[in-house]
Amino acid sequence: MNQDDQKTGAFEYLTTRKDELVGWARKFSIFPYPFVTACCAMEFMSVSSTIYDTDRFGAALPRFSPRQSDLLMVVGTITHKQAPILKKVYEQMCEPKWVMAFGVCATSGGFYQNYAALQGIDKIIPVDVYIPGCPPRPESVIDGIMQLQDRIAGSKHPIINETF
Amino acid sequence: MNPNLLERVRARLASEGREAEFAHGLLALSLPRPALLDTVRLLKDEFGFDLFLDVTAVDWPGRDPRFDVVFHFYSTRDHVRVRLKTAVPEKDPVVDSLVPLYGSAAFMERECHDMYGIVFRGNDDLRPILLYEGFQGHPLRKDYPKEREQPLVRYRE
Repeated sequence: MNQDDQKTGAFEYLTTRKDELVGWARKFSIFPYPFVTACCAMEFMSVSSTIYDTDRFGAALPRFSPRQSDLLMVVGTITHKQAPILKKVYEQMCEPKWVMAFGVCATSGGFYQNYAALQGIDKIIPVDVYIPGCPPRPESVIDGIMQLQDRIAGSKHPIINETF
Repeated sequence: MNPNLLERVRARLASEGREAEFAHGLLALSLPRPALLDTVRLLKDEFGFDLFLDVTAVDWPGRDPRFDVVFHFYSTRDHVRVRLKTAVPEKDPVVDSLVPLYGSAAFMERECHDMYGIVFRGNDDLRPILLYEGFQGHPLRKDYPKEREQPLVRYRE
């Protein structure tokens, strides 16, 4: 990077385009980690498989290791007893990482309000996209994935910096 | 198959402070606490109730004694069920464990201990099974507030 480029704004132009490039690459290669605890799993299977096929969005290759995954899909009720496990899984994921609350139980506790159920996973980990429904329709899940894709495409990707 | 089994059980057991009645096709017996172990042994050895289905409790707030401990047994030979009920007070919620007779009782008694705080004398492993270490109180008792949470992870701000 020489001085002249910085004067003309070429660097800003370049990094903007690079952000777009990396965002484009990332949004079509979301490897989900399915943290599946309850009945929403059935809907998760449905949305992953042939008819709805999340592979069209690059989000159908489940990685059963948090270290290899980008998207933590929390599918189902989280209990207080399970919360430490979810937190640990989240902490083990490498950046960049996103979290999806799949269904009302993960979003807000749903119809459970008792000694056992956590009232929404956002009490313990940050959530990027919430999908309502009990269980959500596959269309809602796909909509959630697409919203997440938009968000990834439109955000800064800090691997692009002045040294690159 | 023995169609009159429940009738025979009733005739044999409805005495010595035990009350028996039929409810929904099964025989329901109420009995005093000290008679529990002997009654269960009799059911198992003499009448062939070889399967222990469940133990749970019922909380009657305001009643004394406050809890009913409820046992269900099934005969895999005769396909009939028997229910035993015994009342225990809040101050001393202790009944005899059925572990010497049915090994499967161990886990079910742990659950009942979790949820209602019933102590099973003779079950030496009453650690939490569905709840977690450090949980205060017994959530299925009627005086446990339904919103009360005991999180293990600190909430985000």
